[in-house]
Amino acid sequence: MPLFYLLLTGFIVSAVLPFLSRRVKGYSGWVAVLLPLALLFRFLAFYPRIAAGEIIRESVLWVPSLGINLTFVLDGLSLAFALIITLVGAAVFLYAGAYMRHDKEMPRFFFSISLFMNSMLGLVLSDNMAAMFVFWELTGISSFLLIGFSHHDLQSRKSALQALLVTGGGGLALLAGLILLSGLSGTMELSELYPQHDRVVSSPLYPAIALLVMIGAFTKSAQFPFHFWLPNAMAAPTPVSAYLHSATMVKAGIYLLSRMNHVLGGTALWQDSLLVVGALTMVGTAILAFSQTDLKKLLAYSTLSVLGTLCMMIGIGSELAIKAFFVYLVAHSLYKGTLFLVAGTIDHAAGTREVGMLGGLGRMMPFTMATALLASLSMMGVIPLVGFIGKETLYASILELEDWGRYLVVAAVAANGLLVMITLLAGIRPFIGKLPQFPSTPHEAPIAMLAGPACLAVFGLLAGLFPDYFLGSLLDRFASVVLADTLTFRIKLWHGFNEVLLLSFVTFFCGMLFSVLRRKMLPHLKERHIMPFLKPSAWYDAALEALMRLARIQTRILQNGSLRNYVTVIVTTAVALGAAALAGTVSALPAFPAGDVTFYEVAIVSIILFSILLLITSSSRLKAVIALGVMGFSIGIIFILYGAPDLALTSFAIETLSVILFVLVLYRLPRFSTYSTTASRFRDVLIAGSVGVFMSVMVLLTASGELDSGLKRYFAEASLPEGKGRNIVNVILVDFRAIDTLGEITVLAVAAIGVFSMLKLVIKGYPKEERS
Amino acid sequence: MYSIILATASKYLLLLLQMFSVFLLFRGHNEPGGGFVGGLVAAAAYALYFIANGIGKAEKLLAVDPLHLISAGLLLAVSSTLPAFAAGRSFMTAIWFDTGISLFGKVGTPLVFDTGVYFLVLGIALKIIFSLAEEDRP
Repeated sequence: MPLFYLLLTGFIVSAVLPFLSRRVKGYSGWVAVLLPLALLFRFLAFYPRIAAGEIIRESVLWVPSLGINLTFVLDGLSLAFALIITLVGAAVFLYAGAYMRHDKEMPRFFFSISLFMNSMLGLVLSDNMAAMFVFWELTGISSFLLIGFSHHDLQSRKSALQALLVTGGGGLALLAGLILLSGLSGTMELSELYPQHDRVVSSPLYPAIALLVMIGAFTKSAQFPFHFWLPNAMAAPTPVSAYLHSATMVKAGIYLLSRMNHVLGGTALWQDSLLVVGALTMVGTAILAFSQTDLKKLLAYSTLSVLGTLCMMIGIGSELAIKAFFVYLVAHSLYKGTLFLVAGTIDHAAGTREVGMLGGLGRMMPFTMATALLASLSMMGVIPLVGFIGKETLYASILELEDWGRYLVVAAVAANGLLVMITLLAGIRPFIGKLPQFPSTPHEAPIAMLAGPACLAVFGLLAGLFPDYFLGSLLDRFASVVLADTLTFRIKLWHGFNEVLLLSFVTFFCGMLFSVLRRKMLPHLKERHIMPFLKPSAWYDAALEALMRLARIQTRILQNGSLRNYVTVIVTTAVALGAAALAGTVSALPAFPAGDVTFYEVAIVSIILFSILLLITSSSRLKAVIALGVMGFSIGIIFILYGAPDLALTSFAIETLSVILFVLVLYRLPRFSTYSTTASRFRDVLIAGSVGVFMSVMVLLTASGELDSGLKRYFAEASLPEGKGRNIVNVILVDFRAIDTLGEITVLAVAAIGVFSMLKLVIKGYPKEERS
Repeated sequence: MYSIILATASKYLLLLLQMFSVFLLFRGHNEPGGGFVGGLVAAAAYALYFIANGIGKAEKLLAVDPLHLISAGLLLAVSSTLPAFAAGRSFMTAIWFDTGISLFGKVGTPLVFDTGVYFLVLGIALKIIFSLAEEDRP
C-alpha cells in the first residue's frame, strides 16, 4: 500500500517538522524541503507505470460498515496534480525558509504548510468520496491557519475567516451533493460511479447533485460570485500565496470538476453552467485587476481569471479543450508560483509592493530578473514557453465551438490581453527603468530564494521546448480520466502561421494597449467605486452582520450572564420537551413498586433530605456547598447499594473535586447581601418542583416497564470474549463505544480551554478587562 | 494558612493517591475503575497537595502545563486508534497482545486509549483548579 504509507509518512513528518525546525533554526528551509522533494521523486517513480496506462488503486479499511474507506487511486489526473503539488511545494518550502528567516513563528508556519501539502495530496489521491471530503476540509483549515498566520493583525484574521466561511460553506454544499450521489448510486467510491453515468444523469436528483457539487467547486476555486475571498487571502505570507492561493489549493475545485466530469458531465446543465460561470470569472476578474496597484493583488486577480478559464474549458469539454486545460494548468502553476515568489523577493528587497513605486531593480537583482522574465514570458504566452502552447490550444478549442465561439474568443482575447498587462506591470516593470528611492536598500536574494522560482521558470521553458517529452504521455492519461476515453494527442510547440497565431499577436497588442490606457486612466479610476449592492463581498458582509445580530439577540435572551437564568432555561426546556413526549405515550401513572425498604435506604434518604433542608436555609455559601457535597456523596452511596461501583467511584471523585472548585470560587465572592424575594422563591420552587416530579415519574416508569432491548444481554455476553474485559462499563467506554468517549473527551478538552481563556488569557496590547 | 502537619502528610498522601490512581487505571478493564476515575483521583491528589503547600509548589511539582497534559491525553487516545490500520482492520478496532506475564496479562489499544483519558481528565481538572487558584497571586 505505497500511497497510504506515503501520505501517512507525510503527516507524521509534518507533525515533527516544527520541532526539527526549532533545532536547525537558520536551515529550516533546507530541512523542510526534503519532504516535498522526497514525495516528488516517489511520484516520479510512479510516472512510467502510469504513462504505460496502469492505474494504481489501493484501499485501507476505515469504517467499512458505512462504505467509508481510505481508498487511493493514482491515475493520470491525480499524478499530474500530485507532481504539481510536490514540485511547487519543494520550491516554496525552500524559499520560505529564507523568506521568513527572522520570523520566530517559523516552526508553526512549516507545520501548517506541510499539513496543507499532505491534505492536498490526500484530496487528489482519494477515490472514496468521504475520504476526499475530509482532505478537502483539511486543506480549507490549513488555508485558514496560513492566511491568518499574522494573527495579531485584524485584517489578516478577517481575511482568514472570510476564506474559511466561503469555502467551508461551499464544502457543506459539496458534502450534501456527495451524500445524495452516494445514496443514489449505492457506493462511495468514485471509480465505481463511472459506469453509472447514465443512471446518475437521468435521475430526478441529478440537478440538485450537480448544482451542489458545482457550488463546492466554485467556492473553493473562487469562481464568480465567490471570487472575493481570494484577493483578501493575500494577507497571508507570500510563500503561502504562491503555493495555496495560486498553484494548488484554489485548483482543488477545478480538480473536483474534472474528476466529476466523468460522472456528472455531458449534460447541458453541467457544461453550460461551467462555461458561463468560467467565462464570467475569466473576464470579470481580469477587468477588476485593472485598477489594482499592489503586486500580490494584481497577481491574485490574474489567478482568478485563469481559474475562470480553466473552469470554462471543462465546460467546453471537447478533446482539444481538455488538452488546453491540462497545458494551461501546468503552465499556470509554474509561472504563477514563480511570479508570486518573485513578488515576495521584491517586497523583501525594496520594502514595498506598490507597482507605482517600483523600478530599476534589474541592476541589483539580475538573477531574480531573469527568473521573472522567463515566467512573465510564459504568462504572456510568448513562444517558446509552455504558456504559449496553453494559450494557443485554448484559442483553438474555443474556435471549434459553433454557437458561442465567436463571442467567447473575443472574451478570451480580452482576458488574456489583461493578463499581458498584469504581467508587464508585475513581472517586468519593477526591474526596468529608473531606480527610485526605496524604504530599504535593494539587494540580490539569497540562493534559497532564487533556486525554487528559477527551477519552476526553467521547467516552464523546457516544457515549452520539448512538450511531447515532458507532457505528452501524462496528457494522454490525464485526458482519458477526464473524458472517459482513450485518447492520444500530439503536443508540439509550433503549429505554423494560422488563425490562432494571429490571435496571439492580437492578445499581445491588446496587452500593450491596456497598459497605456491604464496609465492614462488610473488617476480617474481611484475616485470611482463599484456600487455596494453589485459586489458579492458586500453581500457576504451583510450576511455576516445579520448572523452576528441574530447571535447577539439570542445570547441576550437565553444567556444573559446570570447563571440562574441559564439553569432555568435548560431545565424548563428539558422538562417541557420530556413531558410532552411522555404525555403522548403514557396513559396512566405507574404504580409505586412493591417491596421492602431497608434500613440503609431510609438512613441515606434521611441524610439527603436533611442536607437539602440545610442547603436551602443556610445563609452562608460555604455551608451550602458542603450540604451539596453531602448530598452528592449520599447519592454515591445509593449507587453502591444498587450495585454500580463504577458509578459510585466516579461520583465520589467528582463530588470531591467540585467541592474544592466551589470553595476556590466562593473564596472570591462577596457575602450574601441580598436574598431572593418571596416572588422569585415561589418561582424557583415551581421550577425545582417540576423537575423533581418529572424525574420521579421517569424513574417510576423505568422501573415498571419492561426494558429489554437486548443490548444489556449483548454487552454482558460479548464483554469478555470480544472486549477482553470483565468490567462491562469500562469495556463499553473504551472499546464498544470508544468513539463516543473520544467525542466526549474532545468536548472536555475544548471546555477546559474555554475556561482557561475566560479566566486567564491576556493578549498583549489588549488591556485585561476590569473585574468588578 | 499553612499547616505543617498537612504539608508533610500531603507529600506521602500524594504518592499514595497517585499509586492508587494508576492502580484504578489498570484494573479498570476487569474491576471497577478506569481512566476517567483514575484521572480524577490523581487530580484530587494534586488538589490536596495544593491546598497544603500553595499553588506555586503544586505547579512546580507537576512540572508541566496541564494544557500539555490535555493535548497529550487527546493525542494518545487518538493514536490508540491507529494500530488497527497497520493490522488491516477497520478504524478503532481494538488490537490485543498477550504479554505472557501474569502481572500484565493481555495488553491492548483500549488500555492506551484509557491512559489517554486518564491524562486528559487529570489535565482538565488541574487546569481549572490552577486557573482559579492562580488569580490570587499578584
